[in-house]
Amino acid sequence: MRADRDHRFWHRVAGGWHGGNCASGELVNVGETVGATAGSAILNGYIGETRGFRVPVTGYELTHLQMLEAEAIHIFREVAAEFERPALLFSGGKDSIVMLRVAEKAFWPAKLPFPLLHIDTGHNFDEVLAFRDRRATELGARLVVGSVQAAIDGGELTEDTRPGASRNQLQTPVLLDSITDNRFDAVFGGARRDEEKARAKERVYSFRDEFGQWDPKNQRPELWSLYNGRHRPGEHIRVFPLSNWTELDIWRYIAQERLEIPSIYYAHSRETFERDGMLLAVTPLTQPRVGEVVVPRQVRYRTVGDITCTGAVESTAATVDEVIAEVAATRITERGATRADDRVSEAAMEDRKREGYF
Amino acid sequence: MAELLRVATAGSVDDGKSTLIGRLLYDTKSLFTDQLAAVERTSRERGDGYVDLALLTDGLRAEREQGITIDVAYRYFATPRRSFILADTPGHVQYTRNMVTGASTADLALLLVDARKGIVEQTRRHAFLASLLRVPHLVLCVNKMDLVDFDREVFEKIKEDFRHFAAKLEIVDVTTIPVSALTGDNVVSRSPSTPWYDGSSLLHHLEELHIASDRNLIDVRFPVQWVVRPRSEELHDYRGYAGQVAGGVIKPGDDVIVLPSGLTSRVVGIDTYDGPVEEAFPPMSVTVRLEDDLDVSRGDMIARPNNQPTVGQDLHLMVSWMVDAPLRRRARVGIKHTTRSVRAMVTDVSYRVDIDTLHRDETVDSLGLNDIGRIALRTTSPLCYDPYRRNRNTGSVLLIDEVSGTTLGAGMIL
Repeated sequence: MRADRDHRFWHRVAGGWHGGNCASGELVNVGETVGATAGSAILNGYIGETRGFRVPVTGYELTHLQMLEAEAIHIFREVAAEFERPALLFSGGKDSIVMLRVAEKAFWPAKLPFPLLHIDTGHNFDEVLAFRDRRATELGARLVVGSVQAAIDGGELTEDTRPGASRNQLQTPVLLDSITDNRFDAVFGGARRDEEKARAKERVYSFRDEFGQWDPKNQRPELWSLYNGRHRPGEHIRVFPLSNWTELDIWRYIAQERLEIPSIYYAHSRETFERDGMLLAVTPLTQPRVGEVVVPRQVRYRTVGDITCTGAVESTAATVDEVIAEVAATRITERGATRADDRVSEAAMEDRKREGYF
Repeated sequence: MAELLRVATAGSVDDGKSTLIGRLLYDTKSLFTDQLAAVERTSRERGDGYVDLALLTDGLRAEREQGITIDVAYRYFATPRRSFILADTPGHVQYTRNMVTGASTADLALLLVDARKGIVEQTRRHAFLASLLRVPHLVLCVNKMDLVDFDREVFEKIKEDFRHFAAKLEIVDVTTIPVSALTGDNVVSRSPSTPWYDGSSLLHHLEELHIASDRNLIDVRFPVQWVVRPRSEELHDYRGYAGQVAGGVIKPGDDVIVLPSGLTSRVVGIDTYDGPVEEAFPPMSVTVRLEDDLDVSRGDMIARPNNQPTVGQDLHLMVSWMVDAPLRRRARVGIKHTTRSVRAMVTDVSYRVDIDTLHRDETVDSLGLNDIGRIALRTTSPLCYDPYRRNRNTGSVLLIDEVSGTTLGAGMIL
């Protein structure tokens, strides 16, 4: 069955599917070479097939991506072993896609020992939601959705309807409610330390009090690969297995693993307009104001968040390799370029994190 | 094939450390224009008179308001040859605690001295902590060489002073480089101003340093982290032991012993999502299958019958104490060692090390915040450990407050 999937996969790659185009000739498609013996009883009959694309190991050295992956797998297993009810925050964005693949690797050939959690602002890109659902089905994973829209409709939240307001702030109470309702004691997030200054100071195990608050001045020192997950009832931790990855590492991993990512990460044509130095797409939720000129542009997204506050960048990168080349050459951070929510003030992210945001 | 190198650095603004880091980041194109613009703007608003690169990661309100670095800051940069993680620790408050944290995972410690001042107290402390944490490589950058006219005599004197001091420590590999972070001499490329210097530039050294041999590839140590049991129809009997290799090279066919039970078996397969592997070595995360159906669970240690760790309940440790409440004899603490958590009682506080003079004070009966000292512990159940000097993974422990859950300190097994 697995070999079939790999086979199909190759066709998609050959057909120019986005996830294809391996970064270099160094990668070996183990699936193909072992595929011939897939049915035979190698390895005591347990595992007759392989998946993925193994990077050759020479002289007991690992590539930096292999080291980052090994570290992240270790973190996943520690949390699964020491916590009662973990969940993985999966948004369908590229970081959470990478995180999910690493999680898959950590527990394979068993299924994920925890559900996926998505906080849906109701302002998500359709492509991303469809992708999220498909991925959960493929993995046989339970998907828990916390809905901002439902909370607004139910009167639990009041929406800021002024122009330019986003639902980003409303994510936090819905996230906290989801954590409480499901009694999650550990929640994996795909945040990276290179993303933002407040995150640069955050631990891999980010301890949160009963209100989900982060106290940056009172963090536990984190040494070696010994993680201290002690917590009291009502408290929980956010876990960031990709803390040490950079944006470029994420893209290289997407190339190495041939991961499928939502199409909006690649260059496509969109009706866009400029606002506050960002390129926003024309959608039912984001309409140009008087004086803002709509222009069709070739764009891609570097981050995928709420439509109302996520900007696009002009790009011609249609493949992973082309994106990697662009990312390697870019001189602006991904959040600086495209996230209005982080540009509110120098400490916007810290303030949101203190309130319980990721 | 790019490798990963972890660097720990510490110090204050005066020694030019942030200028040096800024230069490394900028010259490897790892510093972004919007970051630089924000830092320049903030520095200007504060009236600093220079661009304070600490602001790159000092994003917390308290840090910006007080102009201090609170915590270990992680910075990332890469060249075509290597990717680097730089753990940068502030030079003042919580110095020891943060430096110990940054050094615990470092392959290399980067020290800066001002060429005009030479070796100072902070240099000695930093070197001692790097030695204590057994960071395998140390680079001493003699900075501000431009202010001493690139005088070879000045450089050689500092190099010799440091060598004299370092002889008392256990630092295996020391490299001394004359640099000027401000003008860039010997940072990225060799400088024409130091024709008498025949070594590498700093970046070249960081790129070329051989680190593969720093890991212990001799003593097989595999702490079991998680038991993989798919319980699906096709994998009904699958039982694998997942973990990160902490030492040695494990191969299918190896005879192994599971500790502390002492049961023996043989490795029949080493699995990963990407297919089986013929060898597993640190820091690979793999799943090991054994021939026999043994009772193996999280916290157990897989080793070779002819090369076993110590299994015992009485430990002697060097500890770095990280909280205000002092560590005293008879204190009860939680211990996390590899994947095993136990409780322990402090049976002795032997001495405190004065990190400036390296003298042992044996009159103390407690250790305070940021103290380093030797203690003895008795654990409630056995640990499978090695001396820290032999293996950083199986020789390190966390001391944890059983009530609040706080991390109290870090221990290195003697």
